[in-house]
Amino acid sequence: MQRIGVFVCHCGSNIAATVDVKKVVEMAKMEPGVVHAEDYQYMCSEAGQSKIAEAIKNEKLTGLVVCSCSPRMHETTFRKAAERAGLNPYMVEVANIREHCSWIHKDMEEATKKAVILARAAIAKVNLNASLKPGESLVTKRALVIGGGIAGIQTALDIAEAGYEVDIVEKTPSIGGRMSQLDKTFPTLDCSACILTPKMVEASAHEKINIYTYSEVEKVSGFVGDFTVDIRKKARSVDMDKCTGCGVCQEKCPSKKNSNEFNRGLNTRSAIYTPFAQAIPNVPVIDRENCIKFKTGKCGVCAKVCQAGAIDYEQKDEILTEKYGAIVVATGFDTIKLDNYDEYAYNQSKDVITSLELERIMNAAGPTKGHLERMSDGKAPKNMVFIQCVGSRCADKRGKSYCSKICCMYTAKHAMLIRDKYPDVNVTVFYIDVRTPGKNFDEFYRRAVEEYGVNYIKGQVGKVAPQPNGQLLVQGVDLIDNKQILMEADMVVLATAIEPDPSVRKIATMLTASIDTNNFLTEAHPKLRPVESPTAGIFLSGVCQGPKDIPETVSQAGAAAVKAIGLLAKDKLMTNPCTAKSDELLCNGCSTCENVCPYGAITYEDKEVNDHGIRETRRIAVVNNALCQGCGACTVACPSGAMDLQGFSNRQIIAEVDAICR
Amino acid sequence: MSIETKEEFRPKIVAFCCNWCSYAGADLAGSSRLSYPADVKIIRVPCSCRVNPMFILRAFEKGADGVILCGCHPGDCHYSTGNYYARRRMTLLFSMLDYIGVENGRTRVEWVSAAEGVKFSTTMNEFVEKVRSLGKNVRLEDLRCRN
Amino acid sequence: MNTPKKQAEMIKEISGVNPLKCMKCGKCSASCPSYNEMDIKPHQFVSYVQNEDIESLVNSKSLWKCLSCFACVERCPRDVKPGKLIDAARQLVVREKGGDYLMADEIPELLDPELPQQLLVSAFRRYRR
Repeated sequence: MQRIGVFVCHCGSNIAATVDVKKVVEMAKMEPGVVHAEDYQYMCSEAGQSKIAEAIKNEKLTGLVVCSCSPRMHETTFRKAAERAGLNPYMVEVANIREHCSWIHKDMEEATKKAVILARAAIAKVNLNASLKPGESLVTKRALVIGGGIAGIQTALDIAEAGYEVDIVEKTPSIGGRMSQLDKTFPTLDCSACILTPKMVEASAHEKINIYTYSEVEKVSGFVGDFTVDIRKKARSVDMDKCTGCGVCQEKCPSKKNSNEFNRGLNTRSAIYTPFAQAIPNVPVIDRENCIKFKTGKCGVCAKVCQAGAIDYEQKDEILTEKYGAIVVATGFDTIKLDNYDEYAYNQSKDVITSLELERIMNAAGPTKGHLERMSDGKAPKNMVFIQCVGSRCADKRGKSYCSKICCMYTAKHAMLIRDKYPDVNVTVFYIDVRTPGKNFDEFYRRAVEEYGVNYIKGQVGKVAPQPNGQLLVQGVDLIDNKQILMEADMVVLATAIEPDPSVRKIATMLTASIDTNNFLTEAHPKLRPVESPTAGIFLSGVCQGPKDIPETVSQAGAAAVKAIGLLAKDKLMTNPCTAKSDELLCNGCSTCENVCPYGAITYEDKEVNDHGIRETRRIAVVNNALCQGCGACTVACPSGAMDLQGFSNRQIIAEVDAICR
Repeated sequence: MSIETKEEFRPKIVAFCCNWCSYAGADLAGSSRLSYPADVKIIRVPCSCRVNPMFILRAFEKGADGVILCGCHPGDCHYSTGNYYARRRMTLLFSMLDYIGVENGRTRVEWVSAAEGVKFSTTMNEFVEKVRSLGKNVRLEDLRCRN
Repeated sequence: MNTPKKQAEMIKEISGVNPLKCMKCGKCSASCPSYNEMDIKPHQFVSYVQNEDIESLVNSKSLWKCLSCFACVERCPRDVKPGKLIDAARQLVVREKGGDYLMADEIPELLDPELPQQLLVSAFRRYRR
């Protein structure tokens, strides 16, 4: 028989206000096996933990039940406390009477009743608990960063600086990401390329960093400390070692009418291309869909002009298999599609553009060489209208429910830059709220208004109508003046909502990292563990976790790196001891469990068993504890009931069911 | 057997929640103060595929009026494929239970992610409502277990 | 006559609109084709209902100037539908005969030849698809 101690936490008033903790203590004392029960203000505090330790010593407890907050919060705390007092940590169970009880019920009697039942279930379970010992697994001292934008680059640099090998996998032909498409950055207005390019060079030159561009993660298996990842290196059709990056092939390529993704489709590029001049690596790729050689078999101009002989039409996709201890996701974002926003005439007029497109237009390396001009006729605009919150803060299906966070600031930046460079251009911004929480952010926005004379109008635009004369008729409202506004504009810029890059869905599934309804990766705890995924060994960097600007992205990238380094610095990890275990006397050797195991942790061996005096050799299941992750699929599949999960055994769960239904 | 009072019928409901998604979803419902009836009691399991049909039968035998199983969304399982196993097993089990007279409304599988506190609470409210409308489960209950 | 509170409740019930969802962006007023004809503007409908001042809404010019074109309903990012609110206010008037409604002889005076007829616009909306 166990000697169980029950500890009921008040959690200040979080629990005690709706649950009669004294009653819970009193009821717990009547349960079988319970020899000690008490309540305390804060069980997780130093004093609370020493109460537990004292009781373990004085009462010779063999099992513990703590009725407190969620086990996802403090189970580890209490297990460690028990371990320090000499009790096996797996003899501790937590009854969740805060999140699952006191916080959701208002009626004290009802909540107390439920808390008692939850405590009973935990006590019933502890009665059947057994001491468990965690195993050990080795850590591969190498990290993978998925995504080569500023988030990925910064994370990789930080990990590499700590002395660990890092691989960056980037799906486009160059690292740099969204930041490389930006012209200037707020609130300091320094040039984006000038601060990003040195980082890109540093990453590519770093001896510990290995960059796979034009590559994608294909398959992930394994677990924290020991992931095995298949990386598909898409065929570049150019030999990376031979290419000198002279750029002659791009000049001579006859297929020039292909939409330029880097310039957001505002102009065209050749079929063999590097996305931008400072691309790293400076090795072009052949876009096989548009290459004449690949389409018709005739052409081969690039191969003829390449003095280095680097063009290789025969190149094939390559699959690399690598091992990693930690994986950082830094997949970034894209702007949403505007197909559902007909009222802004984005698809009807070339002069209605997104802010990211304006960013390219303003950039000296962009489609207009940095001159502000209309994409339809190349004329310089006189009146420009900016519309905020396009697709952000939407309750309907057309847009996103969240605030995209960066738009207020980049719109102020655009408005300011335009007024600075072209003082004769009138700039009007329609806004709902101007959100500027950040260092020097509000001052920046005020400068746009006060020094640069940007006309901010509190209100929205209902319709943008292209006119026969090429102008755009903007119908909006000024809510302060209470007047409807009809104005002609030459260009309209939409502060389009951002969303996680579409590739993240597939990656999250491969990593079994959870994702929210907006496709942002979920963090392990919204406040206390913001850069970790609930899946051990997976870390989050940048906008894949939620909208962020560059400084925030960089700081989060550093935080993710530190978490990854913390993992890589360990030689061994304690593995979860709650693994499956097969009863060799009951096992009938059917192989059912072997087939359902997602980790290949079960093998069959011929083993000599002693079945009640009869010695014979039988084919029985053996679980590899290092591989087993403890999902329990095999326990249900086993027809003979030989397979059971330690820590969540059949008897334990049934005891819980019984206690709840009693 | 005690005399039935005219009190409102309060069903006994067992909810199995996987540790990674649904249990976290239930925690989120709690920290967001989204209420659902106290009739629901949650048992934590590592994965929805850990739930043996035996546990559900046992619950009904011991007098539960409804059993709900919550797991990660298909494709999001922490163990890759656990919820697919659970889905198949439960489809089979629930149709068998229906056949022997335990109405389909008393059993349910729902996918709740760690970010879906609202979904968890609305699901529980709906489910309790449904079970209440079905009344006490007498089909599988072992009369010797009744107290 | 109903109390202001009851009236506001009725408007909410008839329209199925939750005014609390409004984030006061003004896209409704920005979209409204008869904005200049109105004394209470579309984005203000919401606050009138929230403040339970249905009397003013019912007595406003806007009540009869709204074309029910539902541009505001289509474009509202928060699903608040100011057009439905004013529609509901009209319903309220119709239901409370003897309250404020248009007399047939008054109509020619109120008629604005510049403005499309409500009936016409509603018909366009209905048979457009």
